[in-house]
Amino acid sequence: MAIKFGVVVFPGTNCDHDTKWAVESLGYEAELIWHTAERLDGIDCVILPGGFAHGDYLRTGAIAAFSPIMKAVMRHADAGGLVLGICNGFQILLECGMLPGAMIRNRDLRFICRFTSVLVEQKQTPFSNLCEKGQILSIPISHFEGNYHIDEHGLGSLIEHEQIVLRYCDGDGNVTQDANPNGATSNIAGICNMQRNVLGLMPHPERASESILGCADGRQIFDSIARFHKERCGKGGE
Amino acid sequence: MVFKIESHNHPSFIEPFQGAATGSGGILRDIFTMGARPFAILDSLHFGHLNDARNRYTMRGVVSGISFYGNCIGVPTVGGQTHFADCYAKNPLVNVMCAGLARRDKVFLGAASDPGNLVIYAGSRTGRDGLHGATMASAAFDESSEERRPTVQVGDPFAEKLVMEACLELMDRRLIMGIQDMGAAGLTCSTSEMAARGGSGIRIDLARVPKRVANLTPYEMMLSESQERMLLVTEARRKSDVLEVFARWGVKAAVVGVVTDTGRLVVDSDEQTVADIPLGLLIDDYPRCERPIARPPTRQQDASTPDLDLDLNEALEALVASPDQCDKRWIFEQYDHLIGTNTVLGPGADAALMRIKGTRKGIAMTLDGNGAKTSLDPYQGGLSAVAEAFSNVSCVGARPLAVTNCLNFGNPEDPAVMWQFAEAVRGIKDACEFLNTPVTGGNVSFYNETLGENIYPTPVIGMVGLHDDVRKAVTSKFKRSGDVILLIGKTIPLAEGLSGRALPVDLGAVKRVSDTVLELSGMGLLQSIHDCSDGGVAMAFLECCFGRLADVMAGARLRIPEAADPIAWLFGESVGRMIVSIRSEDASSVTQLLERREQEHHVLGEVRGDSLRIEQGSISLARVDGKHLKQLWTSGLEKSIT
Repeated sequence: MAIKFGVVVFPGTNCDHDTKWAVESLGYEAELIWHTAERLDGIDCVILPGGFAHGDYLRTGAIAAFSPIMKAVMRHADAGGLVLGICNGFQILLECGMLPGAMIRNRDLRFICRFTSVLVEQKQTPFSNLCEKGQILSIPISHFEGNYHIDEHGLGSLIEHEQIVLRYCDGDGNVTQDANPNGATSNIAGICNMQRNVLGLMPHPERASESILGCADGRQIFDSIARFHKERCGKGGE
Repeated sequence: MVFKIESHNHPSFIEPFQGAATGSGGILRDIFTMGARPFAILDSLHFGHLNDARNRYTMRGVVSGISFYGNCIGVPTVGGQTHFADCYAKNPLVNVMCAGLARRDKVFLGAASDPGNLVIYAGSRTGRDGLHGATMASAAFDESSEERRPTVQVGDPFAEKLVMEACLELMDRRLIMGIQDMGAAGLTCSTSEMAARGGSGIRIDLARVPKRVANLTPYEMMLSESQERMLLVTEARRKSDVLEVFARWGVKAAVVGVVTDTGRLVVDSDEQTVADIPLGLLIDDYPRCERPIARPPTRQQDASTPDLDLDLNEALEALVASPDQCDKRWIFEQYDHLIGTNTVLGPGADAALMRIKGTRKGIAMTLDGNGAKTSLDPYQGGLSAVAEAFSNVSCVGARPLAVTNCLNFGNPEDPAVMWQFAEAVRGIKDACEFLNTPVTGGNVSFYNETLGENIYPTPVIGMVGLHDDVRKAVTSKFKRSGDVILLIGKTIPLAEGLSGRALPVDLGAVKRVSDTVLELSGMGLLQSIHDCSDGGVAMAFLECCFGRLADVMAGARLRIPEAADPIAWLFGESVGRMIVSIRSEDASSVTQLLERREQEHHVLGEVRGDSLRIEQGSISLARVDGKHLKQLWTSGLEKSIT
């Protein structure tokens, strides 16, 4: 069955239309889902897009974690369904405990919007299977709170279970402090859960999905998801 | 396409963050009330020099205020300009332009028509914030300016995002007849303007207006400038549909009045009529003011460029690191310039270029103005601002279409300031007529005066253009070793700033150069193209070498004519010149085309290596390490602000 993406819209979400556009222009079906919905019927991959859900009041993602849709998103993930959190979506996944760690303000206490290079650390995920380990993707970031923080024990666990999927690097693939735009622990740009079906990342792949916008590397994330889904269906898993 | 510019100068001095934030909020509302989803913001910023701590505070606050508002509501800030001069220290300029796209058959106007229709208030509740904000913004500043902080409104972009989505849905479903935002003078302005445009009257009941605090007097309610509020007119039968949409978006809304046929604005409060005024008095029949105009005595002008004993290497290093000329990434990286996924060319380009989804077309936009130049000769300054914008739009391959303008001037009670104003407007008018770019609207900001000191006369031109095929857009960066570099356009060897004399603008020449480069780029013959403006040939040439942050520095050799005075030739700022690079194999066909068109041009040199060389005949004038120079350029603003 062809994959269907569901893009969740919270009040204050502002990358919903961009994400839907990117997914659709790659030939996949996508549907916007209002945050008060309690079910996710027929959705294969849920995307929590970027923005300022509920104004990001209190903390980024803190209120959105309690929107009615999130219970359905958690059930979806528990059943093995795919969940992709981009930027504010990543922050929401952290707030509701679907991924470990927390976000704090960027090291320089400024909003940063720029293209960054990220190194693919894991190929064995539903979100990166079309990439090669060690591949460099050019994808823009755009956030005030992308300084990913986790304690030493948590970091050890992420490394042990190969959950660090993307790290900020320089143009040659070196993971250095200079290449770290926001101060994130261990240059982390994206992590998955232990079951590998939930990915949170700060870079915006939907903004790098057409060459006219400067780069099309972000397509590999969406295409990987579609490929994973196709293979899973092919095995008769669903 | 819907576009407009607005100033928020005075509030941005008193409270930089909120002043700039609410400036963005106001212009965004102006665009979406037309039925257009805003799709780009540009800003023109003028500050005092950054060696002063207060100016650094002002700039930090303004930039983060624009960033806070635009990023949250989700409209990209894709371009603009930033200038520094002493006269803006206590009178910074914050001009914000916004553009949006609407279907032609779904454009909405702020008119209240058909008696019996309902008047609906929507958005944030009314409080005491911003009382007399418009009065503050239209007065000269003195020592007590800081005390006016409470007149600056407080912005809530999340509230505005919800109001915007709800209003766009209402317009898309045609559930309302008219709509206007509550900007300056709040309810007073919005009710009377809507009624006047509809040729009707309005009766409102203040008891029904949602309030943030108790005991607001009718006077305060009519003048409050609380942000994120809208006034809408709808048919009675649509009332429940309209209120349902606002409820779903979590926006407060209430029916507060009715459209009448009396031609009067009637305000009720607690079953008493507290105001009953003929609209004509508020809208058309106000007293007109003819301010005296007098040309000030002409400044002593020196026709020649003073002899300067410059070390060119040092001069270039100082130039690229100066806040006026350096890379502005410290500013634009704080703005989300990519949201919307339409940005083909963003900040740092000659003009921003936004694609229109589902088509190959694009919209180019730029903001240009130069107060220092305008102060030398306001008429030429007006011409020059339009010409500069025209060149910038052409540079990215778009045909210039139309203009909006923001006129920032000093105290209009001073006849010399009124003369500057009249002259600059005459310049803009002449240029726009000649270049066939109609002025669709704009904004005037007077009383930019603090303690008796006026700002430079600073007209800012916002221009939009249409690109037929964004895939053909060319950037300013030199592309390939061996490419030939040409300067197209006529150079008047005079450095304005040094001589104190304004350069005359030749609109015919500007138009010819633009036509030429549009033709060349349409034929796919240009590898790069960049407009020559502030800093002259030298600065434009360096920017072509630098490219963007991640770009590898391109080296080049530049040769200036043997007879030229190097300083005037390198740093003179004649308007209407462009630096292009072409493949060497195309060089002869391009130069033949230029000669056929009798288009003045000069072969500057070629792209080569990674160092920059400037030569005159057999003399080497400068040889600089490109990487070092690019580093100075990239970090210039960061160093100045921290």
